[in-house]
Amino acid sequence: MAKERKSYSTGAFWFVAPAMIVLLVVGIIPLLFALWTSFQQFILTKAHFKGAILGVWPIFDAPFVWLSNYRDLLFDESFRNALGRSFLFLVINLPIQVVLGLTIALLLHRPGHEWLKNITRVALVIPMATTFAVVGLIGRLVFNGDFGINNFFWNMVFGHKLEWLADPNLAFISISIMDCWQWTPFCALVLYSSLTMVPVEIEEAAKLETDKWWHVLRKVQLPFMLPGLTAILILRTADILKMFDVVFIMTRGGPGAATELISIYIQRIGFRSFEQGMASAEAIVLLVITIILSRIYIRFIYREI
Amino acid sequence: MKSESPNSNAKNEVLRYRPKPHIWHFVVLLAIIAFCVFPFYWMVVTSLKNQQDILSPIPKFLFTPTLENYQRAVTKFDVALSLENSLIIALSTTALSLLLGTPAAYAIARFEFKGKRDLWFWFITNRMLSPIVLALPFFILARNLKLLDTQIVLILIYLTFNIPIVVWICADQFRNIPKELDEAATLEGYNSFAIFWKIGLPLVAPGIAVSAIFSFIFSWNELLYALVLTRKYAQTAPVVATSFMSGYDLPWGQIMATGTMIALPVIIFSIIVSRQFVRGLTMGAIK
Repeated sequence: MAKERKSYSTGAFWFVAPAMIVLLVVGIIPLLFALWTSFQQFILTKAHFKGAILGVWPIFDAPFVWLSNYRDLLFDESFRNALGRSFLFLVINLPIQVVLGLTIALLLHRPGHEWLKNITRVALVIPMATTFAVVGLIGRLVFNGDFGINNFFWNMVFGHKLEWLADPNLAFISISIMDCWQWTPFCALVLYSSLTMVPVEIEEAAKLETDKWWHVLRKVQLPFMLPGLTAILILRTADILKMFDVVFIMTRGGPGAATELISIYIQRIGFRSFEQGMASAEAIVLLVITIILSRIYIRFIYREI
Repeated sequence: MKSESPNSNAKNEVLRYRPKPHIWHFVVLLAIIAFCVFPFYWMVVTSLKNQQDILSPIPKFLFTPTLENYQRAVTKFDVALSLENSLIIALSTTALSLLLGTPAAYAIARFEFKGKRDLWFWFITNRMLSPIVLALPFFILARNLKLLDTQIVLILIYLTFNIPIVVWICADQFRNIPKELDEAATLEGYNSFAIFWKIGLPLVAPGIAVSAIFSFIFSWNELLYALVLTRKYAQTAPVVATSFMSGYDLPWGQIMATGTMIALPVIIFSIIVSRQFVRGLTMGAIK
């Protein structure tokens, strides 16, 4: 659409320049610095400040080791495990959230009980708006082994209690449940808005044609939901690769490394083991993965720009 | 659970699809509401209990509420200071990202220029970037510029995700303005900045509102940067939330009181603007 009639391009520069300059300063310069650090054996507590170029770019006496951080990383099982754990988390949680979200969206779309549906839509906003760190606190409270309400219900049904946050598998499930609590509403609301874009006449005609709701879903509603689904895929993938707050508060990556997702892992290497050089190399690899994934995704939906 | 069987009588009635309200529909909707609200409700309730009631292995649904936890939390954990920091930082970064982001969004929506695709991609990638990638170098750079533990450093680094939000949502909105308006304005002798300022901005006011809401909420909720870049004076509310999670015999009531104080303002705000909130979710997402 935008290409039919081109507007004059004079002045575009002045519109874009301020945002670009700011993002260069706060986004790209630190990134270049990270790249530079990733070639060094930079131990936070040992590296000594030796002065700065132009007062901004600090020079440290950290030994320059070229690509050896990256080489170590290739053979580092714990890094691969953390990355794998993040993808496992994605593969488990995304389908659950999409299916539950779709169910909720269909229920919201179904006629009847209008006032209750309005309340539901407002209620769905609550988990999403809850500060992630507080979601972590709630997780600690609800999944507490001694007095957690989750265990109370589990005990009522199965007659015994579980150590939710102390068992590796259960801890992984616990953080997954909190993630589903927070983000299923997002899927539901995005898919619900897609459903409202299906022209009423087409949908009603389809419903008169067939008694099977899944026929209507597949042939009529699904095409309208594809952009929403793609957006969910992109945003959830990015957010799960970024995921830090909830896990950091609920488990700090433990027990052992059972819930140590990639951001938690890099944070530990950088700020608890102080190996900034290694952590930078890992962050750069994560960045490359993110860029590749977004390239692939953007090819699918942002083609028109 | 979602076996939605269309009413077979529909054809005989008026030619409209109107199933009767089902009881199971009602029940499931109630269950969804309960599922969404309960964890939050439980936190608020816990914040009003005394330690003994909290630690009871059989959860107490009835108890005498007390505000003691709130009093203790405020005096003990610097909650007030952190809430003030969070507010200042979130408001400043939102204002700045609107100031910088809306012109860029306008240019992307309206002008053809070299490297536009790359620019757009770069903005969007910033949205997807894991904060840990920038947190490491930002920490060292900020330390050398003596900016650690200041509000400024957080305001600046939050721009890395807020400008993309503004650009993403607003560019979408600017594209919907008919080009004829611009052309008419050009004939009137408006230059492109005047067109942006006097015609474009007022027309995308809803989009601006939505992106402001989002960048405020994202900034308020952000933890990783704040955790790495602040120590004491510039601590934001989420950082305070992490600080009590070590050791045994945790003061659960006070922790939940703090959690409520952090999350409640944003939740109330989001409920008030829930219509815009939902629109914002879908604006960038659906075309």
